[in-house]
Amino acid sequence: MDAVAARDEGQRALPIVIVGHVDHGKSTLVGRLLHDTDSLPEGKLAQLRAISDKRGVELEWSFLLDALQLERDQGITVDTTQIWFHTAKRRYVIIDAPGHKEFLRNMVTGASRAEAAVLVIDAKQGLSEQSRRHAYLVRLLGIEQVAVAVNKMDLVGYDEARFAAIAAEIRAYLAGLGLRAAAVVPVSARHGDNVAAAGASMPWYSGPSVVAALDGFAPRPPLVDQPLRLPVQDVYRLDDRRILVGRVESGRLRIGDALRINPTGRLARVAGIEDWNRSAPRREAIAGESVALTLDEEVFAERGHLLSAPHAPPLTASAIAARVFWLDEEPLAAGRRLQVRIGTREIDATVIGLEQAVSVENLAVSNVASLERGGVATALLHGVVPFAFDSFQDNASTGRGVLLQNGHVAGGFIVDRAIEIAQQRNLTAVAPTVTRAERERANRHRGGVIWLTGLSGAGKSTIANATLRRLFDAGWQAQFIDADNMRAGLSTDLGFGRSDRTENIRRVAHVAKLLAEGGTVALVALITPLRSHREVARAIAGEDFHEIYVSADLETCRARDPKGLYRLAEAREIAAFTGLASPYEPPVAPDLVLDTAASTVEQSVATLTAYVQRVLAPAEAEARPRGELRLAAAAS
Amino acid sequence: MNDLDWLESQSIYILREARSRIDRLAMLWSLGKDSNVMIWLAKKAFLGRVPFPVVHLDTGLEFPETYAFRDRYAREWGLDLVADECPPIEATDATLAPNSRLAARKTLGLAQAIERYGFKGIIAGIRRDEQATRAKERVFSPRRADGAWDFRDQPPEFWDLYCAEAPPRGHVRIHPLLHWTEIDIWRYIRRERIPVVPLYFAREGKRYRSLGEIGITFPIESEAGDIDAIVAELRGIRTPERAGRAMDHDSEDAFERLRVAGYM
Repeated sequence: MDAVAARDEGQRALPIVIVGHVDHGKSTLVGRLLHDTDSLPEGKLAQLRAISDKRGVELEWSFLLDALQLERDQGITVDTTQIWFHTAKRRYVIIDAPGHKEFLRNMVTGASRAEAAVLVIDAKQGLSEQSRRHAYLVRLLGIEQVAVAVNKMDLVGYDEARFAAIAAEIRAYLAGLGLRAAAVVPVSARHGDNVAAAGASMPWYSGPSVVAALDGFAPRPPLVDQPLRLPVQDVYRLDDRRILVGRVESGRLRIGDALRINPTGRLARVAGIEDWNRSAPRREAIAGESVALTLDEEVFAERGHLLSAPHAPPLTASAIAARVFWLDEEPLAAGRRLQVRIGTREIDATVIGLEQAVSVENLAVSNVASLERGGVATALLHGVVPFAFDSFQDNASTGRGVLLQNGHVAGGFIVDRAIEIAQQRNLTAVAPTVTRAERERANRHRGGVIWLTGLSGAGKSTIANATLRRLFDAGWQAQFIDADNMRAGLSTDLGFGRSDRTENIRRVAHVAKLLAEGGTVALVALITPLRSHREVARAIAGEDFHEIYVSADLETCRARDPKGLYRLAEAREIAAFTGLASPYEPPVAPDLVLDTAASTVEQSVATLTAYVQRVLAPAEAEARPRGELRLAAAAS
Repeated sequence: MNDLDWLESQSIYILREARSRIDRLAMLWSLGKDSNVMIWLAKKAFLGRVPFPVVHLDTGLEFPETYAFRDRYAREWGLDLVADECPPIEATDATLAPNSRLAARKTLGLAQAIERYGFKGIIAGIRRDEQATRAKERVFSPRRADGAWDFRDQPPEFWDLYCAEAPPRGHVRIHPLLHWTEIDIWRYIRRERIPVVPLYFAREGKRYRSLGEIGITFPIESEAGDIDAIVAELRGIRTPERAGRAMDHDSEDAFERLRVAGYM
């Protein structure tokens, strides 16, 4: 194998991002790097000359990367790009990031893929706010290897004192971020001084060139020695096997290892690693590998679950403090509802507060009411169900995430820590003077949440309402919470978008829980289309939650159409109608199934009433376990 | 893990994200080396079968060897092949240069397939190192209803927390090979023994480095008759991969115009 082959075989190209203020010469530096390391394709230089001549400018290196007409005509990098180059030591992927404030999202997009950074500063202009912001974001994204190129030294007459002043200033700033620059290099990208070789203009500088500084960086090692983290991407069925797929983000796993499924806490062992066309079957997988696993027993797992080592699970908490970089037009403020994605899990959450906004100018922190685009602050995020995560310090891959608004990325974050909501808001739990047990003794039955889920038209409201009558007539304390009634009152402010739907479910669940704690049977009729929605309700109602699946096929529901909604949806007057444009996920293990296509309303009401009277019978009477009841209900 | 293992794992992760989050998905199969690698990776990701349609945008102008390859491997790989004829050249934008108009037939063919089959996700085998505007692509790239690429306003894409949301009536392009280079592709083909159209190998001092339609694709001078020779040749080569694709060179912005309008 020759030297070039030896350099390339087996070694990943190291991704490096070039950051800094607009016009400080990032793209020029990249062009020069490619030229001076002999990495430019044949004819490229001539092409650049032609393009430059056409626009009446001197040879413009930045046209190499600024490939879009818009970028060339306006002389500005709009979007991040990548280009491969090599030194004698290794291959690199250079990520050029736009410096203009307007395109910060593109800068972060580029920088998030890098393992090292070169910060470019104009020797004449000095550090700008944007230089500092880029340095700050690079650090926030977890990049610890940084070199600084003080560019355009030709414009300051190669002045050593000017260089020394800028070098001292940037070193101090980086130190404030906990970073040490691997090198601060005086450069003239236009003329090539100190890019690949020293050149003659700055004899006073004896440090490394930019290329030497790059060669001093090391690829980020995979997180093999951390505890196992494997976010489940999907579950496939192959023959009769269930196969969990995902990528090992940290740690390792072997066949036979016990796994913990978070957040359910269930345990199972790895029975096999499935592959197609692999020379030797895998018995082990390490961080970075995509795998397909079979488990030794049937346990429920789905996209969004996080597999971990049993003895070293991730943190679990409903609220987290996260260092957020915000990119959306509309400022981030307390009360904002959005989705939080960590790994493969998306959870609806509310921003309950902001703290410690940072000024990139001097790194001072202050409290703010809202966070503007481009800003960084700590946001307190409260999920409708608990997050499974790590702090970014402990595990980069499960300690970071994105904030989504209507399916679009509005910001990113790294996790600082778990927080206690009550403590955070100075809340103190108050015990009522009348206890639940007292109420339940007085009522002669227990309270509970009977949650009817199913398609629109399946019969949820009809059955719940008739059951209410039956229970009341039998002397029971019961209440009916209907979806439409809720939306006409407590939830008038909510629409039918994802965040609002989840918020409505959260409110209904809290109301139902309050009733249950007062010893009342809360009958809830709500489509609750997604498993994740019902998980929200279950998380709030806890042990009181009973999942009743009111089952009827779509055709039956469409034919019944008691509220005329299917007709409206088909006429496209309702967007995202469950069952048509948006999915309904049937429950995996409901407590009771009422098949309304196969039985009459009276039969279903009788079954549900019997179920309620059995499971919520007085505490002293012995209630039968749920599994047995399900069989009884199915038989009746 | 060596570099090829890492590239493979990343691509499998992307394909599984696409499959898990987008209902009506299809993969473009240009019959070139990259899209064969992509099908191979899909078979790895989905354990032996490609679980969505594979679309060949047929202009009727492929080389005979290319059609023979398609018919053989569609069968051997068990692909659900969609190979509708692209709309004629008269239907393309007449202000484009002649070579570009040939390529633009594929853009129309893709729009036709999306309309006809209701695809919400299109997996395409483009790479960043092929062409400078492709270097600016996202892994998950949203397209408007007209299929256009809004390069002025690409969404942020951090780490690999990809966003699979399609704009209203639009679709998402998924690019599982974006991070591969030409030489990576050949080294992987060698390692995995992936079949390719024989036109890539030199005959009488010429071979096709990039494979497109008859009339707008030209071979390079080469003696590389097998993959080892191709890999060795590419290590020393100084010309761009797509130098033999006429449609790229009609004018400075020829390829950009095609891509903005929805070309791959």
